Amino acid sequence: MRLLSLYLIGLVFGTGISVSGMANPAKVLNFFDIAGTWDPSLIFVMGGALITTFIGYRLVFRRPAPLMEAKFVVPTSRVIDGKLVGGSAVFGIGWGIAGFCPGGALPALGTGRWEVFAFAAALLAGMVLARFLQSIAARAFRAAA
Amino acid sequence: MIETAFTPWASLAGGALIGLAAVLLMLVAGRVMGATGIVAGLIRPVSSGDFVWRAALLLGMVSGPLAVAVVSGGMPAVQVPVSLPMLGVGGLIVGLGASWGSGCTSGHGVCGMARLSPRSIVATLTFMATTFVTVYLVRHVIGA
Repeated sequence: MRLLSLYLIGLVFGTGISVSGMANPAKVLNFFDIAGTWDPSLIFVMGGALITTFIGYRLVFRRPAPLMEAKFVVPTSRVIDGKLVGGSAVFGIGWGIAGFCPGGALPALGTGRWEVFAFAAALLAGMVLARFLQSIAARAFRAAA
Repeated sequence: MIETAFTPWASLAGGALIGLAAVLLMLVAGRVMGATGIVAGLIRPVSSGDFVWRAALLLGMVSGPLAVAVVSGGMPAVQVPVSLPMLGVGGLIVGLGASWGSGCTSGHGVCGMARLSPRSIVATLTFMATTFVTVYLVRHVIGA
């Protein structure tokens, strides 16, 4: 029951990504290309998603707990540091080069297109590399301290 | 470069579905719908149960285009205007940045912004800005 609900939630997400155009790098990149082949559609994706989530979350958070878990697990950190800003800046550079973001690419795997698999493989490699570099940095920091 | 048609209604409806999924995931599992976080947990799950719920979610996501194909008679458009090296390099950089920045368009841009999280607002403004600059440089300065 729990896994079926999660599958269906993923299906709603994947359908939304497909219908919205977020799975299409040409459309995503055109949103950012105001000086060229501009397509403002993505502002409507963001608007639709944000309004729905903003209202929906407020209704959900009236409950003491989620339906199938003991408690809500939401990020609580309020620290704005170099890692957050630097990481986000780097993320945008990659998004601008490839045209896929993780949320757009995961559902797009379902189209079976090799380009999506190529991006997803590189994405995974980047995530593993990030963790590796971070553990090296942490070790160097401990050694220096 | 490929011209794409302006699709306000489809994009608004798709966006609303993305939001609905985020709300349902919070209601059912109490979790944030962040693609990066979901994948990160799949690479290194904390328990087998943790792995299974993420896998179920991912399987549902991948079924999205197929559901659209069944209803509309065609797969959603995936037009890739960049070369394979750009997909590879871009993907690697996206993976690094989303890991260090603790999120991406779905986690920060939708879920975090909807919670008015200061971290997510800063993250979203930052990556939107660097994406704009990158696309400008790639298309109009380098001319790739």
